[in-house]
Amino acid sequence: MPADPMRQNSTRVDPVSMGRVRQNENPMDPAAASGYLDPPARVGFFTDTSICIGCKACEVACKEWNGVPEDGLQLTGMSYDNTGGLSADTWRHVAFIEQRVPIGANRPEALAAAPAGGTAAAGAGRGAGEAQQPAPVQGRQAVPAGAQGAAPVVAQPGLRWLMASDVCKHCTRAACLDVCPTGALFRTEFGTVVVQQDVCNGCGYCIPACPFGVIGQRSGDGRAWKCTLCYDRLTVGMEPACAKACPTQSIQFGVLDELRERADRRLADLHRAGVSDACLYGRDPADGVGGGGAFVLLLDEPEVYGLPPDPVVTTSDLAAMWRRVALAATALAAGGVVAFAGRRR
Amino acid sequence: MSRGGRSGERPMVPVATFDSYYGRPVIKSPVWRSPDIPGYLFLGGLAGASSVLGAGASLTGRPALARVAKVGSALSTALGGVALVHDLGRPARFLNMLRVVKPTSPMNVGSWILSTYGAATAVAAGTDVTGLFPRVGRVSTMSAAVLGPLLASYTGALLADTAVPAWHDGYREMPFVFAASGSAAAGGLGLLAAPLDQAGPARRMAVIGGTCELAALVAMRRRMGLTAEPYRDGRAGSYTRAAEVLGLVGTAGAAIAGRRSRAGAAACGLALLTGSAATRWAVFHAGLQSASDPRYTVEPQRRRLAARRSAVT
Repeated sequence: MPADPMRQNSTRVDPVSMGRVRQNENPMDPAAASGYLDPPARVGFFTDTSICIGCKACEVACKEWNGVPEDGLQLTGMSYDNTGGLSADTWRHVAFIEQRVPIGANRPEALAAAPAGGTAAAGAGRGAGEAQQPAPVQGRQAVPAGAQGAAPVVAQPGLRWLMASDVCKHCTRAACLDVCPTGALFRTEFGTVVVQQDVCNGCGYCIPACPFGVIGQRSGDGRAWKCTLCYDRLTVGMEPACAKACPTQSIQFGVLDELRERADRRLADLHRAGVSDACLYGRDPADGVGGGGAFVLLLDEPEVYGLPPDPVVTTSDLAAMWRRVALAATALAAGGVVAFAGRRR
Repeated sequence: MSRGGRSGERPMVPVATFDSYYGRPVIKSPVWRSPDIPGYLFLGGLAGASSVLGAGASLTGRPALARVAKVGSALSTALGGVALVHDLGRPARFLNMLRVVKPTSPMNVGSWILSTYGAATAVAAGTDVTGLFPRVGRVSTMSAAVLGPLLASYTGALLADTAVPAWHDGYREMPFVFAASGSAAAGGLGLLAAPLDQAGPARRMAVIGGTCELAALVAMRRRMGLTAEPYRDGRAGSYTRAAEVLGLVGTAGAAIAGRRSRAGAAACGLALLTGSAATRWAVFHAGLQSASDPRYTVEPQRRRLAARRSAVT
């Protein structure tokens, strides 16, 4: 692998000073569009789920740093995921998916193409002979092609685990931010989206507006809460708690433009290694939310991870909605005129 | 898209089809509660359309109808406002809605409409009842009649401007459903409470509103396709059927019997009022139902993606 994401992220990032160097080359820079003069470079997360081990250190670090309250200690009974999903009290959520898939058989090219010692992911590089072993830790043991790739490829029942740490996407076009009636949600200078808790009045409009189901209402508190991308840490040049805690560098924090380049390289590596299902989700600035400040590399369809396959910011239709409201109001008034224009009785 | 075959036999664990994450919803259900929010939608529509009726009645010399419409809209607005504040997570902070003017937020725009309209309709009703300041009363009555239709309609955008499939997908028709439903309710109130010899405009408004409400609901559901299903199923389905039956009975009754019998007019008015409320509860619950089933989020998006991809290739 030409680029080692693990090493790149270990340096301390200072988004404030970076901003002075590289300013606003991105025309979609949401901070500049929100009126910040000379904002720092937009930052975000690239979560590479192919190297997630599902340890949930990110969930814990997030809770610890941000003082997020406990949100129930129940067993979901569906998988090793007992958190369930993002909410007011869960700002990082590790999804855990167990799949019965014929390992190797559906991707014979993976065996042939995996470079010796390369980082293959999600069991795709695992030899067919290994498939029936009980639940090995997924994909990390990078099978050298020479050792098992030569085995004849037969369709065998296999099993794979997908793990992915989900978080607020900090959308370029953020529905929660658009619909917030109090201005409690705002765009920070880093291009992230944050709730001002001293302003939020708990109207709950942001909650069904989010196409990803990220933001929620905290019970007993009434206000809406979500990931701040550790706004407090960013302002003093520290990386967010979840990225800091991630032991495999699955969660990578940095300047968004750099993260996108890094993700593109990683995707190309995986495709070269035969992991043809690997895809980037939320990376494309042309998608329905203008791309996420936080985006992921997935190994299956987005909905398998509980993500919408084609999210669109609801306010993209708002102009048409207002036109319809104006028409409907006019029609109501016209109906009133007609009601009085009839016979006098 | 059928990939259910991936799941094997796993007792104790629900069969996962992997079209979703273990069947969990993709989006969050609204935290808005019944009766607060559907109640407000109903009361806002009733109030807004009643103000049109009240202004027309004042202008054409129908004092009894004007009194009913103005007092009715003032009370509905007050009650609706209380319901809205009650539904807030932090009710004491309700004035924060007015610290910004934000056209991208229908709720913010609605707060401005509601507060200006609320003042106008309160003064209109107060001056009508007390007979004081008739000139102020006329100005307020006219202001309320201008803002009222907006109050009755904006709620369509309020619901549609979310990721809730059964709401967002109906954004073209929703304002018309609500405006028409408000007219039906206001006409119903006039039929219920105004004397027969002054209720003519209320009856006509009820018939126009009731007809348009049913038509708009049908048009909306037909165009929406898959995401219209929640309007048919479960609790929302019961409310939809109630709205249709009551709307039909009330509208037809008002057209036929509303002119002759005081009791018949009152019964039709009541049916229209209840039907209009049922419409709001149907829409409210359809939204909740569509939000809690990932199918309504994933399938239309999948189809959209597929269409885009086939257009490219």
